[in-house]
Amino acid sequence: MSATSATRTWKRPALISNPKWRWAIWIGAGVYLAFAFGTLEINWARLQEGLPRGQRFLASFFPPDFGSRADSILDGILESLWMTVTSTVIGVMISIPVGLGAARNLAPRPIYLLCRGVVAIARTFPEVILAIFFVKLFGFGPFAGFLALSVGTVGFYAKLLAEDIEDMDPVPPEAVLATGASWFQWLNYAVQPQVIPRMIGLAVYRLDINFRESAVVGIVGGGGIGATLLTAFDRYEFDSAAAILLIIIAIVMAVEYSSGFVRRWVQ
Amino acid sequence: MLRLDQVVKEYKTGDRALNGIDLQVPQGQVLALIGPSGAGKSTLIRCVNRLVEPTSGAVYLGDQEITSLGSSGLRRARRRMGMIFQEYALVERLTVMENVLSGRLGYVGFWRSYFRRFPREDVAEAFRLLSRVGLDNMVDKRADELSGGQRQRVGIARALIQNPELLLVDEPTASLDPKTSRQIMRLICELCRERTLAAVVNIHDVPLARMFAERIVGLRQGVIVYDGTPEGLSNQVLTEIYGVEDWDASDTGETAPSKPDPTRPKSKPDVEHLVGM
Amino acid sequence: MPVRHDKDIPIWRRRTTARKWGVWGLWLLGTAIFVYCWQLISDKTIWMFVWDAPTQAADLASRMSPPKWGYMSELWRPLWDTLNIATLGTLLAILLAVPVAFCAARNTTPSALLVRPLALFIIVGSRSINSLIWALMLVTIIGPGVFAGVIAIGLRSVGFVAKLLYEAIEEIDPDQVEAITATGANGPQRVAYGIVPQILPAFAGISVFRWDINIRESTVLGLVGAGGIGLQLDASISTLAWTQVSLILLVILATVVVSEWVSATIRHAMI
Repeated sequence: MSATSATRTWKRPALISNPKWRWAIWIGAGVYLAFAFGTLEINWARLQEGLPRGQRFLASFFPPDFGSRADSILDGILESLWMTVTSTVIGVMISIPVGLGAARNLAPRPIYLLCRGVVAIARTFPEVILAIFFVKLFGFGPFAGFLALSVGTVGFYAKLLAEDIEDMDPVPPEAVLATGASWFQWLNYAVQPQVIPRMIGLAVYRLDINFRESAVVGIVGGGGIGATLLTAFDRYEFDSAAAILLIIIAIVMAVEYSSGFVRRWVQ
Repeated sequence: MLRLDQVVKEYKTGDRALNGIDLQVPQGQVLALIGPSGAGKSTLIRCVNRLVEPTSGAVYLGDQEITSLGSSGLRRARRRMGMIFQEYALVERLTVMENVLSGRLGYVGFWRSYFRRFPREDVAEAFRLLSRVGLDNMVDKRADELSGGQRQRVGIARALIQNPELLLVDEPTASLDPKTSRQIMRLICELCRERTLAAVVNIHDVPLARMFAERIVGLRQGVIVYDGTPEGLSNQVLTEIYGVEDWDASDTGETAPSKPDPTRPKSKPDVEHLVGM
Repeated sequence: MPVRHDKDIPIWRRRTTARKWGVWGLWLLGTAIFVYCWQLISDKTIWMFVWDAPTQAADLASRMSPPKWGYMSELWRPLWDTLNIATLGTLLAILLAVPVAFCAARNTTPSALLVRPLALFIIVGSRSINSLIWALMLVTIIGPGVFAGVIAIGLRSVGFVAKLLYEAIEEIDPDQVEAITATGANGPQRVAYGIVPQILPAFAGISVFRWDINIRESTVLGLVGAGGIGLQLDASISTLAWTQVSLILLVILATVVVSEWVSATIRHAMI
């Protein structure tokens, strides 16, 4: 054995053992990248022209201008915050029945399919596209944005709630059922304790997402800070834009920080 | 071969794990280090290759003083000491061969190791060692597919391919069943004899230590309280090391509680939940 | 604690009195905040439009159907652009995120005092700003087009990838790294042998998952001029070509479903 092993060589086993496939994948990836870059159509002249503008934008962060558009910034931020709170609350409230219905181990088949369908529809389109349509239907302003964010929340929260319920430890619910509990008692004693801590954490997390999204729905007329930001960019008022961006980052950081507290407190 | 001179380790918390250890290990000697949990066994062997920095004192490997070495000197010194770990500490997602070859990392440059282009002699030596520890046909298996005993054999091969002068062995059997424990200890002792290697073996299984070691050192609260032959390890000495207990009653029992294999769920984040991040 | 005695009969309550009031107080506070916010939104809403919405919706639906299938021939190119924005953007993000993640992870950062906070700020900054806003910025600076979209997606995804990656790095098993260190390996070797194999599956999963999200996000970047199918959507809406709009929505729907399926399949195959 040792006589032969002295001359044996070793190569690291490849991730994809079939060499044909391996080469096909590498070449395929190379060809795709070549085409992708080829159709990128970078306008170098325009890029060059943009460089000083980019510099000006970066420079305007030092210092940003909170003052000259203070009124509209404050208005926009507050509107965003209201939308965030209301859409999260309403969205979560709608999500609870939908999520319960979308859990395979809880709901009868027809209800399960119906709720899964609702979740799938709510999840598919980005909030911005929803906002475009709600603006068409309900007119400009925060109500359209609120609706868009609420629908987005349902798609997110109901799906996760359903999955959480499907993943829970099946033994305690069985034990509670064995005591002769009714369906609602069972929900309250067996299901709720298992899913609540995570769901509260996720609600805070969704609050965070909704705030960030609220900055976007404004771009299409759904209220909030987005409209102010769009105006700032359109007028090349980079220092105001910088101020708005910094405020958004600060608020997101604050929410994230406090969500850590909430999660620890819940657990 | 190995000489510790007044080695002290004090952790930031103020705990003194080692309190002035003097110890000499001649070439070819298998030394078992016994003592209760927290006596400083692990700290002691980690002070030798400076995975834990000793607070004061000196460590000599041959003629070389270890504690004063700079980082590249330390790496060269570490090549001369092979280490075997309690939970095997294999890189679980690498193959058996890659794990064994990782013992040569101190000898080859980064890019060479990155592309797995180890010198031919190293690879041949790896094959020889794998065959010696009885893992001939496991070469391209991933480490996390192996059983505990097999993993520890890979760990031994990894330590030996360094071509060390000294083996540092940290609780090699704590995660193994009694039979495998003996096999592994026997293998380590045989290999030490074949290569006249010195070995410092941390072990909390006293019967096993008695069976395999030539010399036993008892540690209690960072101080050496016994240093002698296995035969001299009387009940009175054991009481001095471990505290009061009816030693005859547990003498035959395999005391090592076999820990469950730590196949902890590995870093796969539940990304589904982060849609809006 | 929550056991009270009433004539020697212990009465068990779930919460102590103080806690009970605390919980009620929190509910009250929460409700008050909600009502206040709702009031403010309601003030800014013209309710006449809202009551009129069902008629409007029916009207819109009738104008949107049937989808103008012939328009599909003009959508292939934007669809290709959308795919490229997502893919190249994800690649860019991965390139940038790896060093950031190693700087942000507590166990690999070169300096916990200087480098780590900076890396964490990059992560939060990138994550806080929606890709549409990144695109808005970039279109203003470097001009409209696919390229702005790629950069926008890239910058937005850096934070996501880096955050998940650094959490994975912090969760690695330190024993394996210690064993590699004990062989005399140098710093880069320690990373290549001790850390990278441990985080590789997480890394691959994160990348594919982000690509999936990016497909969804790149469908709307065109609304601000950053290329992709959103451009057609914007144009069709502003010209009130509703049958085109419905076709585009269907295409987006199909793309999202397919990308989600691809991502799920790859991630399952990798475990």
